[in-house]
Amino acid sequence: MTLAEIETGALLGALRTLLTEKGITNPAEIAERIRITDTASPALGAAMVAKAWVDPDFRTLMLADGARAAESMGIPMRGMPPLGVLENTPEVHHLVVCTLCSCYPRAVLGYPPFWFKSTSYRARAVRDPRGVLAEWGTVLPENVRLRVVDSTADYRWMVLPMRPAGTEGWSEQALAALVDEGDMIGVTLPEAPSGAVAQAE
Amino acid sequence: MIAPGTPVRVREDWPETRGRCHIRTPHFLRGATGRVDRHLGDFPNPEDLAFGRPAVRLPLYHVAFDASTLWADGKPEAELLVELYEPWLEVLP
Repeated sequence: MTLAEIETGALLGALRTLLTEKGITNPAEIAERIRITDTASPALGAAMVAKAWVDPDFRTLMLADGARAAESMGIPMRGMPPLGVLENTPEVHHLVVCTLCSCYPRAVLGYPPFWFKSTSYRARAVRDPRGVLAEWGTVLPENVRLRVVDSTADYRWMVLPMRPAGTEGWSEQALAALVDEGDMIGVTLPEAPSGAVAQAE
Repeated sequence: MIAPGTPVRVREDWPETRGRCHIRTPHFLRGATGRVDRHLGDFPNPEDLAFGRPAVRLPLYHVAFDASTLWADGKPEAELLVELYEPWLEVLP
């Protein structure tokens, strides 16, 4: 019998027991990690983005050390890979992919969306990135350079999108609600809803 | 340490043909020429970690490639930024 033939539930149970018996971890620690993983969601990344839009010091910290910026907002980063933050500007747009597997900044974005793990996205993001963006309805102006960031190793990457026009005076919370996971992967751009009433602080 | 801006070539090596291995250098970049963007830090060699072997810490770089040079048709028009470990990089004159 090979490992692949063992019922996965039994295998997981045996692994947990062994990890505890060898003193590598314990059931409470495993439960805590599962809770952290399950509660992470794009709302965490969106809150970071919104804070960066209104707080220049936080923006500087976030671009220099994404993990420290996340921790400063109470997001658990212990044991997580370093978090790199890619800033979109009027000159350059970033698109994140992991061509080798599905590396993803789970601590701040939660589980990767299904398409991020698909072979077609992973291949086409580097082969035809503007075609991929167009399918998401994202057309960049001719003068905007496109930078595709392939997460091959120890870092996890998220995009800091540009703040949409027409959101002057909006609260951090209202701004965060404009940002979704696609904006922080780089396939889409956050937009203020048309005709939006200014949501002043 | 390789300085930012240094032109580098990704080693044209295929350890996959020699046996079991775990490689974090994408196939499509083997032999490609790029430029070091910056040093990202030092990290244990994943090629050893994957097999539970003692792993030395290796410098990891962000390397920029002109994506239009990677395939035969001169497309796409984009810059590609990839994390690569120092042993995979050959410094070009």
